[in-house]
Amino acid sequence: MFTLSFRHDFRVPDFVSSALRPLPLLPLEIFLQQLASSIVARHPDILERIGRTDRLRFGIDPSDVPFAVEIELHHSVVGLRVLRSFDERLLHARITGTLAALIGLVDGEADGDALFFSREIVVTGDIAAVLALRNAVDAAEIKLLSEALALVRLWISQPGKLLRGLLADEPRRGYATDNERTQP
Amino acid sequence: MTPTTGKDMELICPAGTPPALRVAVDAGAHAVYCGFQDETNARNFPGLNFSRSDMAAAVDYAHQHGTKVFIAINTFPRAGAATLWHRAVDDAAALSVDAVILADIGLLAYAAGHYPDLRLHLSVQAAAANPEAIRFYVDAFGVKRVVLPRVLSVAEIADINGAISCETEVFVFGGLCVMAEGRCSLSSYVTGQSPNMHGVCSPASHVGYHESKGDLVTRLGNFTINRIPAGQPAAYPTLCKGAFRANNVSGQIFEDAVSLDASTLIPALCRAGVKALKIEGRQRSRAYTKAVVTQFRAALHAMASGAEIPHSVLAQVSEGQSATCGAYLKTWR
Repeated sequence: MFTLSFRHDFRVPDFVSSALRPLPLLPLEIFLQQLASSIVARHPDILERIGRTDRLRFGIDPSDVPFAVEIELHHSVVGLRVLRSFDERLLHARITGTLAALIGLVDGEADGDALFFSREIVVTGDIAAVLALRNAVDAAEIKLLSEALALVRLWISQPGKLLRGLLADEPRRGYATDNERTQP
Repeated sequence: MTPTTGKDMELICPAGTPPALRVAVDAGAHAVYCGFQDETNARNFPGLNFSRSDMAAAVDYAHQHGTKVFIAINTFPRAGAATLWHRAVDDAAALSVDAVILADIGLLAYAAGHYPDLRLHLSVQAAAANPEAIRFYVDAFGVKRVVLPRVLSVAEIADINGAISCETEVFVFGGLCVMAEGRCSLSSYVTGQSPNMHGVCSPASHVGYHESKGDLVTRLGNFTINRIPAGQPAAYPTLCKGAFRANNVSGQIFEDAVSLDASTLIPALCRAGVKALKIEGRQRSRAYTKAVVTQFRAALHAMASGAEIPHSVLAQVSEGQSATCGAYLKTWR
């Protein structure tokens, strides 16, 4: 079993961030959507712990890379978009921090309150939703690198899964349609 | 008073979720305290706590590893809704937990009357801070241990232990409340909900943050309660940690944003007759639990072997990123 362990105060160097900027977002979106779906499938207790049945849209904003992620939870479905920037009005809550700090939170290596005290993460919007998400994710004992490697292995062994993601609307499966994307 | 040598001091550790409990057990906790997923405990936060089945599995895991489990049922039952609290006591007893931590006199009477073999600990929320009060709980309900409020100096704790027949437990690490535990109405004043009745201080649903010119602005209910300049450590969004202006002086008029860290006082607390050391933080992560429990187990091990207490490395996980010995030394005004 691999574990992801590195300092949560690590910051992606500017030249790396600049090099990432021209790259298309769709492949990353497909990967992250399938990763999020597989994590929720493996850890259904995440949604149980969050305990909200209303549609929740979180903006995850890694401050040291040139993209951001919108995650939408609705019942047992998770939808995901990778964006250059958010429309704040469509988010219920936003979490900003370095990529390492955000991964550290998911992976259980970092403490959310400590990152908040040190100003390494900033949270805005529906704080109850953020707290529920933070506690649910911490309780799920997610090993992000292992989950990602499992997905890569799946893609290698079943290339059709990747192809379906590329051809269909797989990345945004479960996501609200544009008509449904009302302000919280 | 039961004399303690240090070797028989217990480390009582927080767990807000089943994985946090396992982390605490694996890191060497002698006992773990936790609560059900409702307002019967003082950390009734979104996404936190144990379902009944979670708790049963957690008790099994802890007992298999020789660790005790205490269930906190330490809020005060609302009139007309006491059934929720009674059911929590019933379920705790059925799960064969090692103790329940209670604060309310009526609930203590219920537990003592229905489950005479269930070990009762008095919560810090009861604010029993003198021998007469503690003896009342011992005589009336058979309380075996009192968690002392964080208002006492080490000398006062020694005096109390010399005058009572039950064990005492004291906080050694974690967030601090204003010095009137179980009696604070600040959160209730602003939000209508309090730790005493609803298990939440400054509920997240009433909290808002935004950044303004680099400052972190904290709102609670309809009030701005703090504005923290860029680069300075943030604090919990509670009124007691807020910054206000009064008589032309600006600052934190209730309490500084700082955590308790009494690790250096463990030998003195041992000499004062304290039986158990408690770590605050059921709302914190597995990472926090592992770091703090490991640090304090090392401290207890050092004391038992006659070595110096290791230097604390817990500032990073502390509120305000700084620590105090609090009332134990009473070095403030």
